[in-house]
Amino acid sequence: MSNLPDQIEDLQPKRRFSSSDKVYRILLTGCAALILIIVITMLIVIGQGSWLSIREFGLSFLFGQVWDPVKGEFGALPFIYGTVVSSVIAVLIATPLSIGVAVFLVEQAPRSLARPIGFLVELLAAIPSVVYGLWAIFVLAPFLRVYVQPPLQATLGWLPFFKGTPTGIGMFTGGLIMAIMITPIITAVVRDILEAVPVTQREAALALGATKWETTKIVLANASSGIAGAVILGLGRAVGETMAVTMIIGNRPHISASLFDPGYTIASVIANEFTEATGDLYLSALVEMGLILFIVTFIVTALAKLLIMSVGRKTQNVA
Amino acid sequence: MIERRRLVNTIMTTLTALCAFAVVGILVLILGYISFQGISSLSWQFLVQTPKPVGEGGGIGNAIVGSLTLLGLASLVGIPLGIAIGTYLAELGSGWFGTIVRFVADAMIGIPSIVFGVFVYALVVLQQGYFSTLAGSIALALIMIPIVTRTTEEIVKLVPKSMREGALALGAPEWRVTWDIVLPAAKTGIATGAMLAVARVLGETAPLLFTAFGSRFYNIYLDEPMASMPVQIYNYAISPFEEWHAKAWAATLVLITLILVINIIVRYTTRKGY
Repeated sequence: MSNLPDQIEDLQPKRRFSSSDKVYRILLTGCAALILIIVITMLIVIGQGSWLSIREFGLSFLFGQVWDPVKGEFGALPFIYGTVVSSVIAVLIATPLSIGVAVFLVEQAPRSLARPIGFLVELLAAIPSVVYGLWAIFVLAPFLRVYVQPPLQATLGWLPFFKGTPTGIGMFTGGLIMAIMITPIITAVVRDILEAVPVTQREAALALGATKWETTKIVLANASSGIAGAVILGLGRAVGETMAVTMIIGNRPHISASLFDPGYTIASVIANEFTEATGDLYLSALVEMGLILFIVTFIVTALAKLLIMSVGRKTQNVA
Repeated sequence: MIERRRLVNTIMTTLTALCAFAVVGILVLILGYISFQGISSLSWQFLVQTPKPVGEGGGIGNAIVGSLTLLGLASLVGIPLGIAIGTYLAELGSGWFGTIVRFVADAMIGIPSIVFGVFVYALVVLQQGYFSTLAGSIALALIMIPIVTRTTEEIVKLVPKSMREGALALGAPEWRVTWDIVLPAAKTGIATGAMLAVARVLGETAPLLFTAFGSRFYNIYLDEPMASMPVQIYNYAISPFEEWHAKAWAATLVLITLILVINIIVRYTTRKGY
């Protein structure tokens, strides 16, 4: 009688505890844990690298307006300003454009047209940043300087945003090239979200006599938090965009209301000055710029993913 | 009233179509201009020679070899690791730990590539005291890992549950099911995911600027600076010389052709596969 529990245990399936599967599980879990270790190590190493600058300037680093490596004075505000302004321009242009493309691909275009166009839009995301930069320097900037900026100045020149000499190089062009770069990213996510909205919603609206566009508006409204997620994802990309912006934005650490003036972004200053940084404090200030980018983009991307996931769940429940 | 609604409908439908064609138009403009500008400077010498001072010709031979070396080394680490993590997420990652890993991998894709450059600079270059091929490859591998992870997970999840159950019912241990049944079934998808990651990293410039740095010579050593196509394009592009601008376009044509070919192959195989 006393050994009955043992016998029952013998009857339990054994496979889960076989040693080869234990190794398999430990190995794969270990690999998965590695990705957490990498991100934590990044945070520690970059944090350590910026420690000198953090100790020296504290929070005033974020509000300092002067960037003078010779005098050892480092303030990040002009770069934060440039990053925010150029990213906002990019998102303002890319959002309606991307939603338009996604709606066309999902709601309107026949399949035979939607497939190739969808692929071509995806290809836009495959073009490297440095190539966009090259194209912006030699094609986009001269074009804007001659055909777009002067008329803009003539009509809206009384606004502070369009003052100054239109050179083609500056925040305006930087924001525009970023808009082109993030459009395929926002489009892809919005497309997935629209495709996840159940077809019954569209049928219901159409059956009530709504036009195609009115139906689309209902679909968009139901997917709005996911679309917000897609836009935030695009914003995250714009904030971290480096090469194309560095090549076109003018690289001058100066806060100016005019979008035609040259600016500077956080990513650009790292790309430009990192190898030239003489002195520990200078290097540390640049690493702190990297730390800011790291934390901001990590949070922004995580937030975007949460928003996008929330739509997935909602539409599943509806269906 | 109904006329107005119809009118709005027509306007908006036209507008969305215009958006799509505008975006495709931009792509055509960019690719067209690259081909037009690049083809004139393209020659056999350009593909094999090393960069030379202005007026003496020169090419991107060492940058092509450099890019392939950096990419090869990065793939060696990044692809297997990404596949392993992706397999974990698909097969074992339904618990809280899997959720965290998945979330971190997603957020890692959003980290700008230049931040990886800063990280590897502080971790490797600063410790060793010199720019190196090794440092550049590490930076590229780190960028590849989360991309391969997510594509692998999605593909492995598509393998029907019944295949796993069938193998388990025959008494196969878990690891054999994964290794002999699930991964072979998903291999085309995994390979295309890995190729997309390769195509993405092939054009990366920012993380190489202060890790692999750049070089004017052919190089095979891990502990020396290494040239790469994107960095070479950048250096040619921001120079004040017309001749070098022409070289930037030609190098871009080579790079973009490689990237587009990979993307088109991936498109073709995935359409056939799943």
